[in-house]
Amino acid sequence: MKISQFGRPLREFGSGLLSDGADTRLLPQARLSGPMPWVIAIMVALTVIAAAAGISLNKAARAAAAELSGGVTIQIVEADPEARARQAKASVARLRQLSGVSSVRLVPQSDVDALIEPWLGTQSAEGEAIPVPALIDARVAGSVTPERLTELRKALKSVAPAARVDAQSTWLQPVFGAIRSLQWLAIALVVLLTFAMAAAVLLAARTALGTNRETIEIIHLLGGTDSQVARIFQRTISIDAIGGGVLGLIIGMIAVLFLGRRFASLGAGLVDSGALGWLGWLMLALIPVAAVVLAALTARLTVLRALRRML
Amino acid sequence: MTKFSDGEIVQFDNVGLRFGADREVLSDVSFTLYPGGFYFLTGASGAGKTSLLKLLYLSQRPSRGMIRMFGTDSITVRRERLPDFRRRMGVVFQDFRLVPHLSAFDNVALPLRIAGIAERDLGQPVRDMLEWVELGDRMDAPPATLSGGEQQRVAIARAVIGRPAILVADEPTGNVDPEMAVKLLGLFEALNRRGTTVLVATHDLHLLKKVPDSMIMRLDKGRLADPTGVLRYPPRRASPAPQRRP
Repeated sequence: MKISQFGRPLREFGSGLLSDGADTRLLPQARLSGPMPWVIAIMVALTVIAAAAGISLNKAARAAAAELSGGVTIQIVEADPEARARQAKASVARLRQLSGVSSVRLVPQSDVDALIEPWLGTQSAEGEAIPVPALIDARVAGSVTPERLTELRKALKSVAPAARVDAQSTWLQPVFGAIRSLQWLAIALVVLLTFAMAAAVLLAARTALGTNRETIEIIHLLGGTDSQVARIFQRTISIDAIGGGVLGLIIGMIAVLFLGRRFASLGAGLVDSGALGWLGWLMLALIPVAAVVLAALTARLTVLRALRRML
Repeated sequence: MTKFSDGEIVQFDNVGLRFGADREVLSDVSFTLYPGGFYFLTGASGAGKTSLLKLLYLSQRPSRGMIRMFGTDSITVRRERLPDFRRRMGVVFQDFRLVPHLSAFDNVALPLRIAGIAERDLGQPVRDMLEWVELGDRMDAPPATLSGGEQQRVAIARAVIGRPAILVADEPTGNVDPEMAVKLLGLFEALNRRGTTVLVATHDLHLLKKVPDSMIMRLDKGRLADPTGVLRYPPRRASPAPQRRP
């Protein structure tokens, strides 16, 4: 099929969305079917929620990846507290001498204790019930490659034999994997909802065509074109889609705001970084616009295809 | 085979129409309508008048033969061009085919709106036309509230409002009283005098006498008879006298 064949319907598609011609008087101005705006509202609301989840997960994953890309954790796994403290101090000093290491921080013991408190309880004041490794948080320029990790291990081996060097991103690989899966799930949901809405519009348009068949035949016999008839359906479904889209957007936004607050109250860094920015909200606001265009285009193509079977 | 000539408004050449595997409802139909002619198509009920008119107003394609309208083969023409043909025709359907949800005014205005006439330009002609068919006081009435005769007059007003090149009317006086029938025929004649070709299908033989200058085609079991010689010697506007009925 030549591309130019699409030109005319697409031009007329645009004019039919908002023009206020006499075409509206050719067919009854009843909606394509009663529940259509509600169906579109539900579809748009679910799409907004799924898209918001996808955008948030993407943002959280990107923020975490950026945060962890140059991060290295050094654990001093030494049972003797004095030797552990000595090796930790020496490691910090050695790391600061290395080129390419932008920052080094010995995690305070109080922070480490707080970190393990939910699992091991409070360490007694007299001494350690269970030896806990000392932690050093270092940041290197660029990403942490296996070669870079090997260099760091070699550099620390002489001053801290008990040091274990790991990239921070390695720790969160399973989390990133889960986030990616959820992102794909969100994308799949948006695609499925889009197909479902197109199918609902298609069925409604076919039903309306059947109901108005007699009138459409008269319009045809009086010289009406396929595009004139299609414009009427397109306009009607557009009005339904605008109403349903706005309602769906409001419902979806309320749900997203509610869920956002609930997640924000968790106070987890990864979740906080997934909060929607203005671009995210703008993308959500564009969903009903896309729904209106999709619905109108589906109605138009359905009607045109059906009309071509008539003489 | 009939030779196509320039200037004909409609030309049927060996046209046949068959539905499914049944016998042909129209067989070997050949005739020519010229601009400005007034034609009657007669025949008993079931003779095929409505089928022939359906072919004429492009509601149906023939099973065989050739139909030429306005100088163009209407069978092989691209579908996108058919609305142009239809807009040059006015059709009074036997069952009126008024749009039920539209008022009498909007039904009559329908061809003008389809043709893209601006709302400000169509109000007066539509009102005048409805006044002429004596429905000026029923402009806002939907078809369901009109009598059969009133619906027929709305259908006629809708068919002629666009001043078509050819008017095709299927039993246009079937539901009106004799006085209104004469008046409607007068309207058709007035249109004819202004150059519109008129084809009226009717089984009312009295009607034929009301338009003495008309030509008659008669259908009998799907075949066209030629009682006035109009088929053998199609009249032309320039030299109509020898072929007209006495």
